[in-house]
Amino acid sequence: MMSEVVNMSFAIPELFLLTMACIILLVVAFFKQSGAKLAYILSQITMVTAALLVYFAIAGDEGLAFSDSYIKDGLSNILKIAIFLINTAVLMYSTSYLKARDLFKGEYYVLAVFATLGMSVMVSAHHFLTLYLGLELMSLCLYAMVAMHRDSKTATEAAMKYFILGALASGMLLYGMSIIYGATGSLALSTIASAIQVGDLNNTVLSFGLVFIVIGVAFKLGAVPFHMWLPDVYEGAPTAMTLFIATTPKLAAFAMMIRLLVEGLGELQPYWQDMLIMLAVLSITLGNVVAIAQTNLKRMLAYSTISHVGFILLGVISGTGSGYAGSLFYALTYTLMTLAAFGIIILMSRRGFEAEEIDDYKGLSKKQPWYALMTLIVMFSMAGIPPLVGFYAKLAVIKSIVDVGLLSVAVWVVLMSVIGAFYYLRVIKVMYFDSVTEEHEVDAPPDMQLMVSTNTIAILALGIFPGSLMALCISVFL
Amino acid sequence: MFFDYPLLSLVVWLPILGGVAVLFNGDNSYTRPLSLIVALVTLYLSTWLYMGFDISTSDMQFVEYLPWISAYGIHYHLGIDGFSMPLIILTAFSTVIVVIAGWEVIQDRPSQYMAAFLIMTGLMIAVFAALDAILFYVFFEAMLIPLFLVIGIWGGPNRVYATIKFFLYTFFGSVFLLIALLYLHHVSDSFSILDFHTVKLTLQEQIWLFFAFLIAFAVKVPMWPLHTWLPDAHVEAPTGGSVILAAITLKIGGYGLIRFALPITPDAAMTLDWLVIGLSLTAIVYVGFVALVQSDLKKLIAYSSIAHMGFVTLGLFVIFGIFANSSTGSGAMLAVEGAMVQMISHGFISAAMFLCVGVLYDRMHTREISAYGGVINTMPVFAGFSVFFAMANAGLPGTSGFVGEFMVILAAFQANFWYAFLAATTLILGAGYSLWMVKRVIFGEVSNNNVAELQDLSQREFMMLAVLAIIVLGIGLWPAPLIDVMHASVEHLLTQVLQSKL
Repeated sequence: MMSEVVNMSFAIPELFLLTMACIILLVVAFFKQSGAKLAYILSQITMVTAALLVYFAIAGDEGLAFSDSYIKDGLSNILKIAIFLINTAVLMYSTSYLKARDLFKGEYYVLAVFATLGMSVMVSAHHFLTLYLGLELMSLCLYAMVAMHRDSKTATEAAMKYFILGALASGMLLYGMSIIYGATGSLALSTIASAIQVGDLNNTVLSFGLVFIVIGVAFKLGAVPFHMWLPDVYEGAPTAMTLFIATTPKLAAFAMMIRLLVEGLGELQPYWQDMLIMLAVLSITLGNVVAIAQTNLKRMLAYSTISHVGFILLGVISGTGSGYAGSLFYALTYTLMTLAAFGIIILMSRRGFEAEEIDDYKGLSKKQPWYALMTLIVMFSMAGIPPLVGFYAKLAVIKSIVDVGLLSVAVWVVLMSVIGAFYYLRVIKVMYFDSVTEEHEVDAPPDMQLMVSTNTIAILALGIFPGSLMALCISVFL
Repeated sequence: MFFDYPLLSLVVWLPILGGVAVLFNGDNSYTRPLSLIVALVTLYLSTWLYMGFDISTSDMQFVEYLPWISAYGIHYHLGIDGFSMPLIILTAFSTVIVVIAGWEVIQDRPSQYMAAFLIMTGLMIAVFAALDAILFYVFFEAMLIPLFLVIGIWGGPNRVYATIKFFLYTFFGSVFLLIALLYLHHVSDSFSILDFHTVKLTLQEQIWLFFAFLIAFAVKVPMWPLHTWLPDAHVEAPTGGSVILAAITLKIGGYGLIRFALPITPDAAMTLDWLVIGLSLTAIVYVGFVALVQSDLKKLIAYSSIAHMGFVTLGLFVIFGIFANSSTGSGAMLAVEGAMVQMISHGFISAAMFLCVGVLYDRMHTREISAYGGVINTMPVFAGFSVFFAMANAGLPGTSGFVGEFMVILAAFQANFWYAFLAATTLILGAGYSLWMVKRVIFGEVSNNNVAELQDLSQREFMMLAVLAIIVLGIGLWPAPLIDVMHASVEHLLTQVLQSKL
């Protein structure tokens, strides 16, 4: 009986999210006039409270719960806090966008909270079933979110693509899970891990299942050659939705990768290492090269995401604790940078002007020197130039693969990041070196302006003092 | 005592924070005085490094050691020796010149201009002072950001092409450095550059690392054939940008070879010294000829910079040949010290040359040599300075340009007669392109109305050039204080280089 009480406490943040999601749903249904506004306030309260709930339970018990299907550990704590906090910023940015375009509806917040619940479950899942439940809960909310802008052709098209390819990926993942289940006789990751460790299993069957699981994970992360949906969805979806898709779901997908490949199928590391090397190298190459040809900023960021995903995979490839920590650090900083990048796009856009094209930023530094500086910081950080946090992320993952002797991979990816630097520099060139053609008015609310500035300054501050976040990431995988 | 303060940190962070303050202050009447004060205080503080410097030891001095990223064992580790101290003072000095040079010329966003240079100064000083590999790399890269903006915002008509080329070229070079540093950390389990100096490496490893270092620093020096970004960057950069590029960023390449390539991979350096010597001699002879045919003033000086930096790399790598021919280290001492003196002297002379071009450009808005002629008739004082600096550039005895080149040529004789012979052609080529330029621009009849209307130097311009002339003459006549400072460090470097790591 005692242990059941402890078990419940592990899921308190999720239970809270669920309750709040239902309350927000009711609020939206009953308050027609002010429903959206109330939903926004309530969902922000939910995110902050959920983060606090996780934070205050950090010191408590850790381990598995609910018949080994659920886990609370360092990784789940840090990722949950990051997801909840980043989602507060995401909601703030997207509210500013939605209000300006008559899309300010309560349903968005209901979907956002449910999606957050899905991510939270994914992060803590230690069982194929829980993992899949979390993944689908998150994905279905995201599909609906992209489709919310019903009158927009591109958004509908993006939603269809996202849904069909996402469903395909889930199918792949399920197929892989069922094969692993067939080979090991269990759905719980801890049991699977020990079953593989003991041996006597058919390696062909295991590796066959592994392939499908890797495909599923790669689909969700957006690694080449499973990246096709990413540029279209990023470009087609309204910027507020793109922002949501591009940030925290990547953290959840990262958790899924660690849970499945490292904690569940860690014994098969020699098998998945080669697969991930292919995925990583292809992602970094294709992402950086194709991004050069883009004129649409959102599409460029989509390709840049593909290359960042490749870098996140690099740390996992190393198969060492410090490599996983490097990937975690990369995933966290990637989310922070993407948040800032899309935040700036939303900030610069207004009704009838989406600020999506790179040329829309011509001469920004003359009209809006502060936000030009903010964009400069984000772009240099994404390019991996010190002293910004993006550099340390690249440093951490490249260090991990140098340490395991994959020098040729390391040389190749740094060469690709030189190519990548070009398209980030082009954005800076347009802002700083070109003459003004747009008016560049900023009419976003002050809280949004403050948040974008804080967000970007955090990128600089973490670049000057990256030590504590790195130590935190390393402590997770010790 | 003053020396108990973290003096190096002050010299690094004062200009950076001062630059941020200038940036936030915005464009108003305080912008320029505030920048000048920051630059002057930095210079003043950097002279304390000279005062408190102990010339009897090769150990690192003014050391600061604090944990920075403890998870990876990366430290905030600063310290200077005889190689870095003169370069730091040169950097602080150049900033003062740059601030004064941009005083009236820069009217577009002056606060951003000044802030960029002040921040860059702090970053470059930190590059020279960093003793932790990652700290070094961070500053080494971060320095590109302000220079990229300076060339791109305040540069000439083709500035975008030039600045992106500059950025990508140098970034390309430095990513290999990053891999090399991470590999060295993997081998030595430390990020301290001093630990890298003692780690054992096989010849194969050393050769790979050496190439990584060579690409990273050869782009900066720049060595032929990786030099093509420099003429473009110089031509498009505003005067201040050219001064910093020529005076400091090129020196970071030479400094990097001294700090990394020679002591960490001595056996590879010995095996491959022919390569670097070959490239250096190509730079001296071939690029010297290229300089001769330039029709653009800044391009001419840019190519002459490449030729002069060839002496630095020649001096650094000729030491293996000297050791092979003689048992004493005196020739090698001469070579390395000559390379160092050449770096410092080139910092002053090229800065002065670019300032002279800037003076002309501000008045006529052209850098074409053919647009000038007979400037001496309307600007006699300026003509005096130009002729003096051109002579120094050509290596006239009595100027600092002579000392470094002479030392390197003298040392090269001990290695191989032909090295010295080819290097000595610079005395003819350098005189050729420098004096021919002077002849076409300064002397002769007044060629057109624009030249006839030229005004001679303002007080501000006179001040800058006069200070530089005094320093160039000073080092030329009495280089001993400069050489004494680096003596112990050079000796230490030579013992490291001679000790095989195999």
